[in-house]
Amino acid sequence: MLAISRQRILGQCFQKIRPAVSELRSYSSAAKQITVREALNSSLDEEMSADPKVFLMGEEVGEYQGAYKITKGLLEKYGPERVLDTPITEAGFTGIGVGAAYYGLKPVVEFMTFNFSMQAIDHIINSAAKSNYMSAGQISVPIVFRGPNGAAAGVGAQHSQCYAAWYASCPGLKVLSPYNSEDARGLLKAAIRDPDPVVFLENELLYGESFPVSDEVLDSSFSLPIGKAKIEREGNDVTITAFSKMVGYALKAAEILEKDGINAEVINLRSIRPLDRSTINASVRKTNRLITVEEGFPQHGVGAEICSSVVEESFAYLDAPVERIAGADVPMPYAANLERMAVPQVEDIVRAAKRACYRSVPLAATA
Amino acid sequence: MGRQAGCSKGKGGSMHFYKKDSNFYGGHGIVGAQVPLGCGLAFAQKYSKDETVTFALYGDGAANQGQLFEALNISALWDLPAILVCENNHYGMGTAEWRAAKSPAYYKRGDYVPGLKVDGMDAFAVKQACKFAKEHAMKNGPIILEMDTYRYHGHSMSDPGSTYRTRDEISGVRQERDPIERVRKLILSHDLATEKELKDIEKEVRKEVDDAIAQAKESPMPEPSELFTNVYAKGLGVESFGADRKEVRATLP
Repeated sequence: MLAISRQRILGQCFQKIRPAVSELRSYSSAAKQITVREALNSSLDEEMSADPKVFLMGEEVGEYQGAYKITKGLLEKYGPERVLDTPITEAGFTGIGVGAAYYGLKPVVEFMTFNFSMQAIDHIINSAAKSNYMSAGQISVPIVFRGPNGAAAGVGAQHSQCYAAWYASCPGLKVLSPYNSEDARGLLKAAIRDPDPVVFLENELLYGESFPVSDEVLDSSFSLPIGKAKIEREGNDVTITAFSKMVGYALKAAEILEKDGINAEVINLRSIRPLDRSTINASVRKTNRLITVEEGFPQHGVGAEICSSVVEESFAYLDAPVERIAGADVPMPYAANLERMAVPQVEDIVRAAKRACYRSVPLAATA
Repeated sequence: MGRQAGCSKGKGGSMHFYKKDSNFYGGHGIVGAQVPLGCGLAFAQKYSKDETVTFALYGDGAANQGQLFEALNISALWDLPAILVCENNHYGMGTAEWRAAKSPAYYKRGDYVPGLKVDGMDAFAVKQACKFAKEHAMKNGPIILEMDTYRYHGHSMSDPGSTYRTRDEISGVRQERDPIERVRKLILSHDLATEKELKDIEKEVRKEVDDAIAQAKESPMPEPSELFTNVYAKGLGVESFGADRKEVRATLP
């Protein structure tokens, strides 16, 4: 009896003295790793299996197995009636997708990148986002528009724009942007099940990255709530908000800041619209300092909205001006060195956090 | 009129009627956008094996839209039961047909998709054409119907309709090709009804319309809270804002 209870106590002690992991990822007992690509593919597979109204449409999604292999194997499994290769005509096929959603089907329309969604943006905004409102609830549009968003590597200005701010400004749309595999699975499933039009902004450079996922995440019923941000790393000194690839950069910046005694809280937005203002404000009320990070163009961006929200709701809690890290205010250049300057880097986030904590001399005001 | 009793409860607009339960999916404000949407409805009908077709109507002005050809291409590739109906009234708002289209043979625009030209002012011709088109579309995929017709009034509420054509032209068509006049003459010449019976029908219909207008006018404007309803089908309890967000906020149901 005594021997057994001593073992149990020893076991508990070992668990307590295991070193705390500085990046608080959602580890659980089963630390299986899957790539974001696998997460998206399995979500599409499971949702198509669960609901015969779900179908896929886009360029190269079928026989090519997906331009980025996100839809691999699905044509073979579900057949050409449910996985449709379209001609290169975004305005036409997006309109057809929205019309199918009007009738009650659940299309998942892929844009090879969101840069091409501009060809179809009238259907996303005027045909999809506004329909439920204009018809007083008669015509809802349960459609998902998904694809890679933002910069990849060396693809130039016309293939690198981030559309988060544009779509998230439009009432009637929901806009989601996953970071890791758990996000990818949970948010895509939620998007497909949601009765409203959802813009689902992925990131090409994250497709191949692996993240640990628990059994709960791997279950086919898993989903994440739309409109709720996640605190990826708790901290007390400064809040850093980010979405998609920038969450990884923010977490790396937090590790560097830790060494300088700055304890950063990193918020993974997950949902750009609805924006989780209460989580962001609660965090800023705790830390009193805010850095917003995004890949997209700075003017009228996601960070601008977050800053406004915090100024409106938590002004008295701010001990420093809100700092905004964003893509450079130029079309994306091609040359690798210029491209590096056009996209936020970890050191930019670190520098901004130090400014907010008054650890560096502020720049002299420029005209 | 923007009133509560309207089919979109005052939220849509003067051209935005919807009645989904009667299979009417709306008047759309973006010229040409309705054609891909209509082809999408046809896609869904085929997907659901409903044995029905979709009529997607557009004007001669919209016929030049690129997305129309994109949707037609996909509809032909996938054999969708879509019937594209070009209501050719020879004016795209204020621009006459010959100034907007190099080729005004809209029924031929489909190239690989067959097209029929129909006298749009002859109700029986229209009926027969639609019957034919429905049978064709269910078996063979998309077809185009061009209805040769005319518009007496302006394009919209803000267009008087008289700055780009003569009054003689309008009254000429009214005298010679008016569809209701044509049916009236046929009924009288075949002794299917007397003049008085027709006049009574007209009076009855006029009354029905006047009553409906009166009813609509009596209907109140929507409640202020309606500003925030139906933004989403599933609102998730998020907040939305009025012009002064510190003054007006609402939770979306």
